[in-house]
Amino acid sequence: MRWIWIDKFLEFRSGEFARAIKNLSLAEEHLHDHYPGYPVMPASLIIEGLAQTGGILVGEASNFQEKVVLAKIPKAEFHGVACAGDQLVYEVTLTDLRAEGAVVQGKAFLQDELLADVEIVFAHLDNTRSNQIFGPKNFVFTQQLLNVLDLAKARGNASRPSTPITEVTNGQPVDGVVTPPA
Amino acid sequence: MGQVNLFFREETMSTHDEIYEKVQATLVDALGVDEGDVTPEATLFNDLGAESIDLLDIVFRLERNFGIKIPRGELFPENVSDPELTQDGKLTTKGVDEMKARLPFVDLSGLPENPEVDKLLDLYTVDMLVKYVATKLNNA
Repeated sequence: MRWIWIDKFLEFRSGEFARAIKNLSLAEEHLHDHYPGYPVMPASLIIEGLAQTGGILVGEASNFQEKVVLAKIPKAEFHGVACAGDQLVYEVTLTDLRAEGAVVQGKAFLQDELLADVEIVFAHLDNTRSNQIFGPKNFVFTQQLLNVLDLAKARGNASRPSTPITEVTNGQPVDGVVTPPA
Repeated sequence: MGQVNLFFREETMSTHDEIYEKVQATLVDALGVDEGDVTPEATLFNDLGAESIDLLDIVFRLERNFGIKIPRGELFPENVSDPELTQDGKLTTKGVDEMKARLPFVDLSGLPENPEVDKLLDLYTVDMLVKYVATKLNNA
């Protein structure tokens, strides 16, 4: 199983905002256990998807030079459930960024309705300490996860550079700009 | 009447009570504690259950709620690994003097001789945060 809880970026504005989608499929094993006969996306994995969306937004803001870890979730409110066959839209706004870390506000939408409202604090690990704890590899940004961003950039560059990409989600067109790498 | 009340609120924005109430709200949000628990004498770690990772969250919220910038190491101690300041995890005499200079709003009088660096954070009270913010706002 790949620990990737977003399928693609619809919009990525460097240092500001990201919108990603997650399609829920019965091919995913966990939905058969949560719950048998009633496949509901676990709230913790929705938070994980928002954290991956926000983590990439935070990491990209420093050109992935910082080691970013999810430090704290001060707030997580859920207003419903998402089931197999649904498509979740994750919207994350970077509200605070400083040398020690960052804060993002994340929202998950199901058919344009707010499903989850989450605040996430990320920490930039001190390079010396992080190497002691996690080794030289970056802790959060596995290459597989970064490929999701690379794909969005590639599609943005391949279509119309510096012009909005139009995707369709939940039947609604969504316009966005994928910022090319610096 | 509405105009008078608005004016009054603006003028009293930086009083001790106003700052205290905002600090109190900040800690309620950051630490998930009850407002009644956030008394001036309450210590962040022992009384309010803060952990080290909460410090970053508190800094972010104070900056946001008060519109101030808190440089790294100005509110909570950092960069104390210099051997002149610490030895075997304990502050030297010079280290204590350095902390007094860096963190003037923290009452270090309760520290024993050669205190452990980690003990510094145990001294932080709600009132110390209020004093720190008041100084920042007055100097702005």
